[in-house]
Amino acid sequence: MAKGHASEPEIEPNDDGRRPPRAVVGSHRIEEEMFGRALDKNVMRRIWDFVRPYRAMVIISVAALLIFIGTQLLIPLIIRYAIDHAMTPAGVDRSALLAAVGAFALAILGNFGASYTQETMVGKMAVNVLFDIRRAMFGHLQKVSLSFMDKTEVGRLMSRLQGDVNSIQEFLETSVYSVGDVALLFGIVFVMLYLDLRLGLLTLSVLPALLIIRIVWLPRAREAFMAAHETNSVVNGALAEAIHGVRTVQSMDRQQVNFILYDDKAQADLRAHLIAARYAQVMVPIVDGLTGLAMAVVIVAGGSMVMNGRIDVGVLVAYLFYIQRFFDPIRSLTLQYSVMQRAMASGRRLTDVLDVKIEVQDKPDAKVISPEMDGSVEFRDVTFGYNPNHPVLRKISFRVNPGETVALVGPTGSGKSSAMALVHRFYDVQRGQVLIGGRDVRDLTQESLGRQVAMVLQEPFLFTGTVFENIRYHKTDATRDKVIEAAKAVGANDFIMSLANGYEAQLGERGSNLSLGQRQLISFARALVADAKILVLDEATANIDSYTEMLIQNALRKLLEGRTGLVIAHRLATIRGADRIIVLENGQVIETGNHDKLMAMDGLYSKLYNASFDDIAEVKLDISPH
Amino acid sequence: MSSDAVGATSRNSSAHVEAAPLGRGLSTLLRITRMNLRHPRQVAFALGATVVAAILQSLIPQLLGQAVDQTQIAIAGGVTGTAAAQALWTPALLLLAVSALRGLLTMAQNYFAEAVGHQVAYELRLACYDKIQRLSFSFHDRVHSGDLITLGMLDLDGVRMYFSTALVRVLQLTMLIGIGAYMMISTDPVLGLVALSFVPFVAWRSSVTQLKLRATWLDLQERLSVLGRVMEENLAGVRVVRAFSAQDYEMAKFDRASKNALDLAHEQVDVYVPNTSAMTLSFFFAMGLVLWIGCAKLIAGQLSVGTLATFLAFMTMLQMPVRQIGLMVNAFARAYTCGSRLFGLLDQDVTIRDAPEARPLEITGGALRFDNVSFAYPGAGNRAILKNISFEARRGETIAIVGAPGSGKSTMVHLIPRFYDVTGGTITLDGQDIRGVTLATLRKAIAIVQQDAFLFTTTIENNIAYGDPWAKEQRIERASESAQLHNYILGLPAGYDTLVGERGASLSGGQRQRLTIARTMMLRPSVVVFDDSTAAIDAATEQRIREAIRRFAKDRVTIIIAQRLSSLKHADCILFVENGEIVERGTHQELLAKRGRYKALNDLQLRPGDDIAIACRGAP
Repeated sequence: MAKGHASEPEIEPNDDGRRPPRAVVGSHRIEEEMFGRALDKNVMRRIWDFVRPYRAMVIISVAALLIFIGTQLLIPLIIRYAIDHAMTPAGVDRSALLAAVGAFALAILGNFGASYTQETMVGKMAVNVLFDIRRAMFGHLQKVSLSFMDKTEVGRLMSRLQGDVNSIQEFLETSVYSVGDVALLFGIVFVMLYLDLRLGLLTLSVLPALLIIRIVWLPRAREAFMAAHETNSVVNGALAEAIHGVRTVQSMDRQQVNFILYDDKAQADLRAHLIAARYAQVMVPIVDGLTGLAMAVVIVAGGSMVMNGRIDVGVLVAYLFYIQRFFDPIRSLTLQYSVMQRAMASGRRLTDVLDVKIEVQDKPDAKVISPEMDGSVEFRDVTFGYNPNHPVLRKISFRVNPGETVALVGPTGSGKSSAMALVHRFYDVQRGQVLIGGRDVRDLTQESLGRQVAMVLQEPFLFTGTVFENIRYHKTDATRDKVIEAAKAVGANDFIMSLANGYEAQLGERGSNLSLGQRQLISFARALVADAKILVLDEATANIDSYTEMLIQNALRKLLEGRTGLVIAHRLATIRGADRIIVLENGQVIETGNHDKLMAMDGLYSKLYNASFDDIAEVKLDISPH
Repeated sequence: MSSDAVGATSRNSSAHVEAAPLGRGLSTLLRITRMNLRHPRQVAFALGATVVAAILQSLIPQLLGQAVDQTQIAIAGGVTGTAAAQALWTPALLLLAVSALRGLLTMAQNYFAEAVGHQVAYELRLACYDKIQRLSFSFHDRVHSGDLITLGMLDLDGVRMYFSTALVRVLQLTMLIGIGAYMMISTDPVLGLVALSFVPFVAWRSSVTQLKLRATWLDLQERLSVLGRVMEENLAGVRVVRAFSAQDYEMAKFDRASKNALDLAHEQVDVYVPNTSAMTLSFFFAMGLVLWIGCAKLIAGQLSVGTLATFLAFMTMLQMPVRQIGLMVNAFARAYTCGSRLFGLLDQDVTIRDAPEARPLEITGGALRFDNVSFAYPGAGNRAILKNISFEARRGETIAIVGAPGSGKSTMVHLIPRFYDVTGGTITLDGQDIRGVTLATLRKAIAIVQQDAFLFTTTIENNIAYGDPWAKEQRIERASESAQLHNYILGLPAGYDTLVGERGASLSGGQRQRLTIARTMMLRPSVVVFDDSTAAIDAATEQRIREAIRRFAKDRVTIIIAQRLSSLKHADCILFVENGEIVERGTHQELLAKRGRYKALNDLQLRPGDDIAIACRGAP
């Protein structure tokens, strides 16, 4: 079906009949090493920190595991005992048979209990550790500085929180099991040698053969598996790209070119998987052949011994049982090595995240700022830079009085947004002080500070959930009426009510079913519900269509009522009426005053103002007497 | 996609590619089977190897038993020494040969079974890719992209595994259990039945467990994706979280989602562990019975020790495959659901495609004409997005479209390259109905610069040359110069070879729009549409770009959708759209003179500061 469906596309003729030189689908970058050193002490110590709370579970499960292995070793011995006693030339020894059956019953009950305990414990312990590590990391990310968050891609952090923690879980599970594998290996060797030293040594002689083959095989096979893994994520990436970019693909008519390119990748994936399958399967005849060899040795050598009367026939039967389990531990132990290397690589990445320093922290004696404070904001000789050698703000001082609205203006890179971020103490100043309500922000708890400083950012960010939940956000005690009141105040009520379920309407991914302006109205309502003394608007009205902007202007009026306002706007017309305008350039205050005063000064502000109005100024003359 | 279209289409996240109803399950499985059978040689190898491997495997316990008996016969006969030892060589060598051969055949069985699966997966991959590329916009509006990606990854895997884990395993199990049952029951009916007694129990428990685990697994994936979303939104929205000091709230949200998933992960352990332990117990229980009865018979002389060893070995051998019955049942269930979903996609009708007698578009004068066009989104009932739209534009003319979000502006231009088909009226290019010409030639003649266009994960150069991958370097540079991007690109460390991050994330909104404009300037369309495509570009840069656009548009039909009236007041004709209808039309001056809606909007934009909140307080 597939071949027929996908009509053979033909690329249009071109210069030399080759594939288009500048076309790729789903490029893929290998960015993270998969395997680390098999044993990294530092990483092990950090993992152990997370396992420690469950050490009782670990001890119990290892104990249960050993019992489990013990019963497995015991069962062939009981079979041997039963057969040998049933075979005694003296004939009937029914009590021995009953004893064997009793022992067997005990052994299998022990086996059942031990396997139950151990698997439950290990499974739950590993999953608990996974969730604990993830929580620790997520919690840590809530506190690390914004500059770390700014320079780290979300996708990268997500792969720590989702992918890397899983390899730790896998590592913990297999660690316990490999204890079992080692025990089983030594147990079988010991029992076989105990039953008969010579026969044991003879049979065990095939073991090293497997070990050597595995050691030669493993790196090659791993390479083949990795290649298949790699090509697979390449084709999946290309598919995802085709899905996300389908509108562009269709409008640029790239379907045929893309199909051919995708076919190349899909074929490479097919080839890689077939090679990997060959590597995986080649071990089957080797293990089977070696098992056959071991059985043949036992039969010839062991059989002769039985005939010579050196051993009982039960020993022979028991040997045949052990041989069947013989190679399992070696197989899983060699695989365990890769799991361990992968876990160490993941572990190091996790440690890197957990070790990111928390720069902005509450002082031990930090005070709670009360909602009764006056709402003033003051910068005193503030110097600040993301890189200490390149300050973006230099010795800035200004004061915003309670209830006043002040606009910060300046060219890109003048430090406006950085100044806003300092009000909220997203970063700490290098020199000077930022005071809120007359108190240094570093003396306050971040939590209480955040409650008094609300921000509306340029990009409205909505969370998955209902409209109601988005407006209420962290104010979980806000009533429904309060939320609706806020929405009405900012003029969002009308469009919310027009949604299918009103306030209970589910927002699509990041509110994709709303327009940008509507999303911004919701974030204004959210800021209103937060009910803070100080409101910071960071380019909150950029990129919004004129219709919504009209609504938003009204919303702003509501928002700023009785609050201190700090506003940054790209379009200067929107801040023309602020009480005071502070003009920044290269991190310094160069002009201060209201609109008219600044225009009269004929400085940077008037230049910026005229530039942004360039376009419509001419029309202004003929229609607006104003 | 423009905000218009998003507003108009209901992006319902619950709209999945529906799975076929249960009654069609069998036909789904048959269809997958038929796909497998398209590789007859590999299928035959796999199945043949399976049968022979199972027969060989069944021989092993018997050979073991014979060898054990051999020793007893020798002892009973009083034969010792080399003669007796030689009697052991035959079964020993046979065992070695049979084991090795079985290993080879198992290898062949597994390899060919996987190869068939991978071949089928490859074909399905291509078919899905092709289908997804060709399905119209209305399909992609309706179906969540995440669902399609899952389809191409997980569902494809479910179908791929069908042959190796379901079909081949059925054959293998039937052979093994059949031969085993025959041999054991024909040797000793009572002991044979006892030995096989664990089979039905394990088969039942493992099937139930696997099906339950599958349900839990799907549920767990769901909860983990909720958890993932909570984390992802927290990190992406970190500024909002910090701005509201909502860390505690976010932590609580995380803990809730985390606990939800953790509980289920524990439940999974609780389902899995008791069942596997019980299965092992039942196996050992049967083995204990065999040992007991067998030894009793041994004592009574009714059974040879070799036969007892054969029985025990047989049981050990059957244990693993019997446990896998659950996996096999699961594989069928999985192939069924995955297959239905996958075929649901592949069987989708491509609604927008070439008409049977479609001809290549012939551009003569380059005139575009809307004639009484109306449009409603499929499935949106009668809610018309556009009503009775008529206008005409000739080569060299510029048409501007103005209107509130959701008024239908973007939809209007999406009809020209047939992203959607009109539901009434006609659109013609040089007198040819666009539905009568081939899609490829139509789309080549029309270029749309989207507001939020998609950038591909490749170099800047490749992104600019996306519509013309054979283009010469100079053309690419000229296009990026026109879009005011060239200098910026040269400033990057890798210049034109700079990789654009995933979905173009590392470029600013304005840079992305400029890149999109450059990409369009590489084409030679007859109609070019700018769909609010300069909104994020600052005024000064926009001014310079507009000059280039003017040159580019000279001998084409140009359509501009814009919020800033300043960018469209030079248009030859401005269409003011409201609720899907053209309510005013004319030049800038004509519309101002009309003193209607356009003038109202114009006034609003002229005095943005006047009724702003900040102005109300403080300012004199």
